Amino acid sequence: MMGRFFIALSALCCAVIVAMTAFVLGDIAYFGWEKLTLSFLLAAPEQGMAAGGIFPAIFGTFFLVLIMTVAVIPLGVMTAVYLNEYAPKHSRLVQWVRLAIANLSGVPAIVFGLFGLGFFIDFVGKGMDAAFFGSRLVFGQPAILWAALTLALLTLPTVVVATEEALRAIPDSHREVAYSLGATRLQMVRRVVLPQAIGGILTGGILAVSRGAGEVAPILFTGAAYFLPYLPKKLNDQFMELGYHIYVMATQSPDVEATKPILYSTVFVLLALTFVLNFTAIWVRSRIRRRLRLAK
Amino acid sequence: MKTLALILAASLASAAGKTVTIKGSDTMVILGQRWAEDYMKSHPGTVIQVTGGGSGTGIAALINGSTDIAEASRPMKAEEKASVKRKQGKDVSEIPVAQDGVALYVHKANPLKKITLAQAKRIYAGELTQWSELGIKLSQIIVYGRENNSGTYAYFKEHVLGNQDFAPEVLSLPGTAAVINAISKDKNAIGYGGIAYGKGIRAVPVGNDEKSPALEPTMKNVLDGSYPISRALYFYTAGKPEGEMKRFIDWVLGPEGQRICGQVGYYPLKKPSKP
Amino acid sequence: MRTGGILSAEKAVEALIRLSAFSAILGLFLIFVFIGKEALPVLTSPEARKEAGLSKLFLPQEGPRPYSWQPVSEIPKYSILPLFMGTLKVTLVAILFAIPLALGAALFTSEFAPDWTKELLKPIIELLAGIPSVVLGFFALMVMASCVQDAFGIIYRLNAVNAGIALGLAVIPIVYTMADDALTAVPKSYREASIAMGASAWQTASKVVFPAALPGILAACVLGFGRAIGETMIVLMASGNAPVMTWALQKPVRSLSATVAAELGEVVVGSPHYHVLFLIGTLLFVFTFALNLFAHWFVRRLQRKILGAA
Repeated sequence: MMGRFFIALSALCCAVIVAMTAFVLGDIAYFGWEKLTLSFLLAAPEQGMAAGGIFPAIFGTFFLVLIMTVAVIPLGVMTAVYLNEYAPKHSRLVQWVRLAIANLSGVPAIVFGLFGLGFFIDFVGKGMDAAFFGSRLVFGQPAILWAALTLALLTLPTVVVATEEALRAIPDSHREVAYSLGATRLQMVRRVVLPQAIGGILTGGILAVSRGAGEVAPILFTGAAYFLPYLPKKLNDQFMELGYHIYVMATQSPDVEATKPILYSTVFVLLALTFVLNFTAIWVRSRIRRRLRLAK
Repeated sequence: MKTLALILAASLASAAGKTVTIKGSDTMVILGQRWAEDYMKSHPGTVIQVTGGGSGTGIAALINGSTDIAEASRPMKAEEKASVKRKQGKDVSEIPVAQDGVALYVHKANPLKKITLAQAKRIYAGELTQWSELGIKLSQIIVYGRENNSGTYAYFKEHVLGNQDFAPEVLSLPGTAAVINAISKDKNAIGYGGIAYGKGIRAVPVGNDEKSPALEPTMKNVLDGSYPISRALYFYTAGKPEGEMKRFIDWVLGPEGQRICGQVGYYPLKKPSKP
Repeated sequence: MRTGGILSAEKAVEALIRLSAFSAILGLFLIFVFIGKEALPVLTSPEARKEAGLSKLFLPQEGPRPYSWQPVSEIPKYSILPLFMGTLKVTLVAILFAIPLALGAALFTSEFAPDWTKELLKPIIELLAGIPSVVLGFFALMVMASCVQDAFGIIYRLNAVNAGIALGLAVIPIVYTMADDALTAVPKSYREASIAMGASAWQTASKVVFPAALPGILAACVLGFGRAIGETMIVLMASGNAPVMTWALQKPVRSLSATVAAELGEVVVGSPHYHVLFLIGTLLFVFTFALNLFAHWFVRRLQRKILGAA
């Protein structure tokens, strides 16, 4: 008897979660749909964010995650390859590396922001300025490069974990076949393992991009800006970004009523972006898992 | 689409290097942005970039040398000016560019007719906590303020609190919009901020003391100094402005720039002369 | 000659692979060093110590308010205890809200409900997980604050409860996913044996499966807790950011991470305020690091005990 009550309670938990998610998404969809036109996506902001569009923020977000991806995918894949293909099993080092990756994913986002400021901007950037540019301030200031590298460190665990999952799914027999044909370990990795792991790498990359596009705390002091009249073109430019734009519009603009529809639509765009990315990654991942089950 | 073309043109111009960087006050960032937009429309070769972060951010950037102009909604302190001199080797140029009244806002249903500076001080210091003490039939006063990186925060602290500390219960919000949004949804709320538009709130007339008339922060009252909490908004530069920076600042101080103040919700330095 | 070329190119790539493995460890190390480096002057520089030394940060001060965080002031005050308290309160609300819901839902979908419910719930949880924290903060500020205010009759619109619930929404997917993995990993034989002995579905779930999955479930909770402690944007937008020193949940709070996010933009580089903010960041880093290590160690011990007993 009591059992039925508790089971019902647990069903209620499910229902509450679904209801709250629907509430959040529904509210944003309802209010955000109004302003969503092609010109909104392609135009620049006007009249103090009370009119116009959000193209620079979209562009900035894309450019940001592009640089981040270029940095994080090679590094993440190589780390996963080492852990799964090269490292001696049960070595202490491997345990520490895995522990480090788990820890890295638990570091608060704002700490990454501080790191971006204290390491990339104040140390690497200012060092580059001193070495190559004399006394001019070129890289020792907030820049899209530093924000992207900070995000790359933040999303590294995502790429490593997803790639490792894909690598582990490849049966050892494939590797043994390659060795028996005389391949070196690297050749085996390049020609046999990696091509089969592409799905996992893709998943990891897409999830990383989705995370990178959404995190605001790490870019608060490493390069995001509220209004720039140009699009970021050089690596040391600042940039507008969707998440940061939402934060500033929600808290800063003087005409709340006029900005509200634009604010909601910007949130809608960011959500749509992250969802499309997430669901693509999930779809890819489920296809891999299905293939894996069939192979076994 | 026209603005997109403008951005692309500006991207090319930025490569050519005629850029003016403005950083600082969140109170002023919208104003700075409008100035930048309009100036670039009529001067297509120049790029002006505006970022916020608070008056303190702009001043810190001026000290560090990472901005041309610091926008500030409070005057620079002597130590800050000294830091600029020390790190950049130049004296600070202080240029008032607009006027602002700091308004005390309440929910539009709140019938408060006037508030004196002394009452405002006591509310924000945490000594006056109930609306009933002001004769209003509401309950606890929910007090909103700004984050400590805001020039408005610093100005309010100096001129209304007399440098006393804010009560810890004052909710710190990161921008004027947040304050206005919060008050419009909260019957018991009071907050301060630069003059701005917003539905659901009203600015309470402020009086110097019990006997003085309470005035609203209208343009007349702010420009002739009779509104008790009005302030100038500043541009600060290291050294006297030169080149493109000077042209921009002159434009801002001229009739077109000053007209924009009113459009964004601030007041020009002088009353516009009748056309 | 060609073989020699390939070999050295290969060696180079393999060296790169081995090196990259250290990237995670190097990353953590660099984070600690470079944030700690900027925090150190709080302990070492005389100017910083006078204004913001450890005694000022942690001990009650003289005056009407012994624990006051007001760094921009004629006499700057740096007590971080209200910030600690704020972080703790919001985190507490978040996990009290999120963990029962997430665990309940995980139990339901893996033990009691037909498989298709899980196929339906998992995408929804993924949706929730994919919502960026700035969006949750935006929602909490614009919409949820009024709902919470009406539902609980709280006089403050932005408070620990509001921020805590929004934070809980961010934590639910983490706890659910890991708990679900842990529950699903329990071998079918356990359930079958229990049913064969006449236990009901609920008894099986609560007395057999749940305890067997405990290590993973605990890990899920700790991970959720860690996420809640470090989260910035939600709390920055939804908690009111008032450094009040009280246990009352209906008052606004100011958390450690939101303080850094709100104030770092303004500080003059090298001022005592700047160093204190980096010190807060170091504390956050060290705490979440220690929490993760503890969770790892604890779960391993628990696993060994359970496997040892079985």
